[in-house]
Amino acid sequence: MPASGEAGPRQLSGAGIIAAIKASGIEYILSVPDITTSSGLLAPIARDPDFKLVRVCKEDECIGIGTGLAFSGKRSLTLIQHTGFLDSINAIRGVAVEYNQPICMMIGLLQHDPDRTPRESSRYGVRIVEPILEDMGIVHHLVSLDADIPKIKPAIDKAYAESHPVAFLVGRSPS
Amino acid sequence: MMKREDCFKILARHIKDEAVVATYSSAVDWVAVAPRTLNYTSIGAMGLDSSHGLGLALGRPDKRVVVLQGDGSLLMNLGCLVSIGAAAPKNLVHFVAHNETYEANGGHPIPNRKVDFATMAKSAGYAATYDFSDLRMFEQQIAHVLEQQGPVFATLHVEPTGPLKYDYPSLYDPKKRDAFKQLWSA
Repeated sequence: MPASGEAGPRQLSGAGIIAAIKASGIEYILSVPDITTSSGLLAPIARDPDFKLVRVCKEDECIGIGTGLAFSGKRSLTLIQHTGFLDSINAIRGVAVEYNQPICMMIGLLQHDPDRTPRESSRYGVRIVEPILEDMGIVHHLVSLDADIPKIKPAIDKAYAESHPVAFLVGRSPS
Repeated sequence: MMKREDCFKILARHIKDEAVVATYSSAVDWVAVAPRTLNYTSIGAMGLDSSHGLGLALGRPDKRVVVLQGDGSLLMNLGCLVSIGAAAPKNLVHFVAHNETYEANGGHPIPNRKVDFATMAKSAGYAATYDFSDLRMFEQQIAHVLEQQGPVFATLHVEPTGPLKYDYPSLYDPKKRDAFKQLWSA
């Protein structure tokens, strides 16, 4: 059973994701490096003059920075690894969820088999990500195939329109 | 050693249309001294005040942002010094009230009372750093501190205060957040 999408090649285009992020009006990328998205997303984003990349030391900083930007009318995307997501739960709880802030997170699933769902992962840390998001009431989307990329822009637009967080789980290294 | 409230009374005389980000004990004292729409006191998680401030400063480079953080909060997010130093917002002034305690959590000491935050901020890349323990010196220099090209960092060596009344429903009032956002993003 495919992890996401129904048809098409089993690949994920980094350029396609970046185009969707740009189309969503994202100006700032807030990031701690993640190996799943390192070469396919963060490296090209770092070279792209359309983005302002803010490199931070620890993932929960992104939640505060993204909120300050949202209060200023600016859109941002937090690009992190699932371990950083887990480390940032209290910030996400307090700011994104309890204050209803449009924190958009793109979360790389470290050492995940991209042809399985996150819940079926052999990695405990990956298996618990979706249940935690659901317990927290955070909308989430799996992005493992090119067919998943069209989910990105509507979800980001909705997060900002309705002021709530959203998470994209990147299950395959974008190429 | 100074009193935080006295420092904030002096600071308030110099504040115009800046966003002031303040939390816990600093928020209680600041809001009492200077109640205003552009106070930002909803932080959500201890330590994130400086990160909220960085976001506000990046988002509105045409305005100035003042962060009033406690030493316990900064210790929970020390990496923010490096992140702010690297992002280098010219419009951010970052004060830390160093009373050597977790005042809002029972007055217990921070792990190392003598930690030197200003030196840390300098090495992290802040454009200017200050260290104040004398109120008259602070009063003499505050205008200069606020005018510096940022990011600016200043430690305020202050006495612990007695138990404060933490009116969290007021500090975290969603209506205040909305009013702040409307004014700040206009």
